[in-house]
Amino acid sequence: MRYIPHTPDDIQRMLNVIGVDSVEALFQVIPEAQRFGDDLPLPAPLSEGELMAHLEELGGRNVTAGAATGNRAFVGAGLHAHQVPRVVDHLSLRSEFYTAYTPYQPEVSQGTLLAIFEYQTMVCELFGMEFSNASMYDGATAAVEAMLMARRLTRRDRVLVSGGVHPEYLEVARTYMAGLGPLEDQLTSLPLTPEGRTDLAALDAALGKDVAAVVVQSPNFFGLLEDLAPVCEAAHAHKALVIAVCAEPLSLALARAPGAAGADIAVGEGIGLAGPPNLGGPGVGMLAASGKKARRAIPGRLVGQTRDLDGKPGFVLTLSTREQHIRREKATSNICTNHGLMALRFAIHLSLLGKGGFDGLARLNLAKAEYAKQRLAALDGFALRFPGHTFNEFCLDVPGGDAAAVVSAAAARGLVPGVALGRFAPELNGALLVSINEGHRKEEIDDLARILAEVTA
Amino acid sequence: MSSPETRALLSEEAPIFVQSSAGRSGATLPAMDVPAADPAALWPAELVRDERPGLPEVSEPEVVRHYTRASLWNHHIDKGMYPLGSCTMKYNPKSADAAAGIASLNALHPYQPEEQLQGALELMWRLEQLLCGVSGFERVTLQPAAGAHGELCGLMLIRAYHLSRGDTGRTKVLIPDTAHGTNPASCSLNGFSTVQLETGADGVLPVQAVAEALDDQTAGIMLTNPSTLGLFETHIGEIVQRVHDAGGLVYMDGANLNALMGKFRPGDHGVDVMHFNLHKTFATPHGGGGPGAGPVGVGASLVPFLPTPTVERREDGTFHLDYDRPGTVGRLRSFYGNFGMHVRAYAFMRELGASGLTEATEMAVLNANYLRRRIEGLLHIPYPGVCMHEVVASDRDLKETGVTTLDISKRLMDYGFHPPTMYFPLVVPGALMIEPTESESVETIDCFVGALEEIVRDAKEDPELIKGAPHATGVRRMDEASAARKPVLRWTP
Repeated sequence: MRYIPHTPDDIQRMLNVIGVDSVEALFQVIPEAQRFGDDLPLPAPLSEGELMAHLEELGGRNVTAGAATGNRAFVGAGLHAHQVPRVVDHLSLRSEFYTAYTPYQPEVSQGTLLAIFEYQTMVCELFGMEFSNASMYDGATAAVEAMLMARRLTRRDRVLVSGGVHPEYLEVARTYMAGLGPLEDQLTSLPLTPEGRTDLAALDAALGKDVAAVVVQSPNFFGLLEDLAPVCEAAHAHKALVIAVCAEPLSLALARAPGAAGADIAVGEGIGLAGPPNLGGPGVGMLAASGKKARRAIPGRLVGQTRDLDGKPGFVLTLSTREQHIRREKATSNICTNHGLMALRFAIHLSLLGKGGFDGLARLNLAKAEYAKQRLAALDGFALRFPGHTFNEFCLDVPGGDAAAVVSAAAARGLVPGVALGRFAPELNGALLVSINEGHRKEEIDDLARILAEVTA
Repeated sequence: MSSPETRALLSEEAPIFVQSSAGRSGATLPAMDVPAADPAALWPAELVRDERPGLPEVSEPEVVRHYTRASLWNHHIDKGMYPLGSCTMKYNPKSADAAAGIASLNALHPYQPEEQLQGALELMWRLEQLLCGVSGFERVTLQPAAGAHGELCGLMLIRAYHLSRGDTGRTKVLIPDTAHGTNPASCSLNGFSTVQLETGADGVLPVQAVAEALDDQTAGIMLTNPSTLGLFETHIGEIVQRVHDAGGLVYMDGANLNALMGKFRPGDHGVDVMHFNLHKTFATPHGGGGPGAGPVGVGASLVPFLPTPTVERREDGTFHLDYDRPGTVGRLRSFYGNFGMHVRAYAFMRELGASGLTEATEMAVLNANYLRRRIEGLLHIPYPGVCMHEVVASDRDLKETGVTTLDISKRLMDYGFHPPTMYFPLVVPGALMIEPTESESVETIDCFVGALEEIVRDAKEDPELIKGAPHATGVRRMDEASAARKPVLRWTP
């Protein structure tokens, strides 16, 4: 076994030092009744060549999608894959980052700590917030952690969730809160207006002294930009907090920052800017907030700047008295790790893009999506489901009312035109959510229009 | 190399924002091949951002140098031993990285049609089989993103089980005093209260402690096995029996599974639920603090409650995601799991196979016991005798020198070693929890012991040397108190 250095001589020498006859003897501490006596029911070892051939074969049964390998998929819905330059792989695969542990020992972890400090700064800039944590698992868990944080801060239980929030995020909130009391006392869904945006009248009616937070997503699940300011105004009038969700952080190059609109906590999913979509994981769960009280209530790791004994600047994990390894059952979360490598990748990509590149990338997405929106909405029988303002994603009603069938028919022609939203709710069976990115050339968008027309003719 | 400027270049790197120069960029974007769009014209003013986010403006070579230099400040497993107890810092095979880099396995969107994801679903299904084989469980969910996330999942399953039987009064979880902090934190996050159990004088959990704590409010017990003292819980058979008799379930924290492959399968002995740490036992990289993955295995009684979706194989050999599970606790995260980690762990498990995984466990335990014997007499070992994958020592015998576990840890850095886990488990004051893993050769362990010997000698002869350590790192001990008192959590111009 190439990963294990021990020769039979080494083993014998070590056994002699230990003072036992055999390796097996070390396992006598496991009571015989419990000791496993057989060979594990697993396949025999593979050589590297065999392994790679097997994996390539499995991969061959997939059809790849998205900006990374081809531009025949128009799939987003909370995961917007962008073209991530090779240099991000090159740097993040450096063993120094890739094979390091959590930076508990700052003297030998300054590289990781510096990168996370930069990541935190970038997230603050995007969201318009004062501080960010070091990242969480994904957008959905970050959203739920933000809800729990808001409950701690307000000492209230109820969270109002806009119907424009990604349905999987709401599902995760239900799963997390099921153990904390009756769900009807904790979560209320707010309907959308016929225009597909958070219903402010319904919000006003639902607000009250028991409401800890209002959760609104922009661009929302249907791709529509939401004006957060009136939501914040309404919520704050009832001393409730506002949690802004952003599943496409690239939109924040152009769209008003949640912090500027008055949101108290902002969360997001940065996976699409960090690397290939990887079937949805690992993600980059972004979480940022403002205010001194919030800083003590934030879940997850935080990197802070300080100095060493000689006065040299450096970084440490800080405010850890919030965390499970110190506070145990009184911690702000059970989270033990972040998604450090993904946060690093996110930070490297945003460093490469810079102010101008980030803006330019967003404008490409917007322009191509506007072009696609006009092309597709003009197709026979197709219509935009909602009239509002969008960034790089929009929702169509398909002719015939069966978007899943349209996706299947288009897939048979080698193109995935979007996500059929019926998988989230039966009343959305006719809805097709189309996501555009910088990798989609004009001809490919024209192809999308042609194929959609053909399969619905 | 000797000019002060060059030294500064190698040992100091300011945040990348400092290098920013207006107008620079490290990105080449695709051409605009459609009519340009101006958000100010398309959107109402209240939706438009007035100021660009303050990202750094640097070229690609500058980005490469910046992150390369920054990286050089890190200790990492490819550089040297990382004996962090209960963290299982083993070598991360390059073949598994290559596997995760295969485009047909990573350029996959979770909402593509299932027919386009057959290879990925099959890989997940096969990984579940492998994990069942190692553990003896009935099913495994791959959804949890980390060990702590797996704990949360397991506790949810336990609750769902009791509630499904109309048993609504079970609100307490028993947790030994050696447990990881995540165990009680996961209980709180999930609405359970915790009852702490005291470890016996021999370092294992006495049946009596469990029996006395059990009542009709007990939802279950969370047992780390081997414990964080590196000891197999020898009474696990009877503990499982007692907990079950009292109507509770048994959660095993699988953080230390590296001690058990091919030697003990928890699913065979009544353990109801356990999380795996793919980033420990199955060698996926820690990435400077994640991403990991924390799949959860369950016995038959908990299968109905597994999170959705599960991956299922149809009779015709095709695979699908199953959302139709009426008893499910629901969804724990978006999408299906940290698939990038699943690919790496799958590659590792297939490359090692049954014999390789067993050998990994054997050599990990051999290394820990060899290390234990070598440091006996050097450092206090509170629980002598055969250990499993890790050994816990302490600074007790150095009391009069004033040198502490923290000092020893910091001094180890000067020898090129990452410190062990410090001050944990809490039951051992000044604990040094050392886990060599199977990756280390006898020569490396000897070298580590040699460093400890010198440190202990110097502690007695020149304690200030140790208390001032580290001396050979890029930065010295950091002022953590002021970092917490006046937090600076982002760069500002």
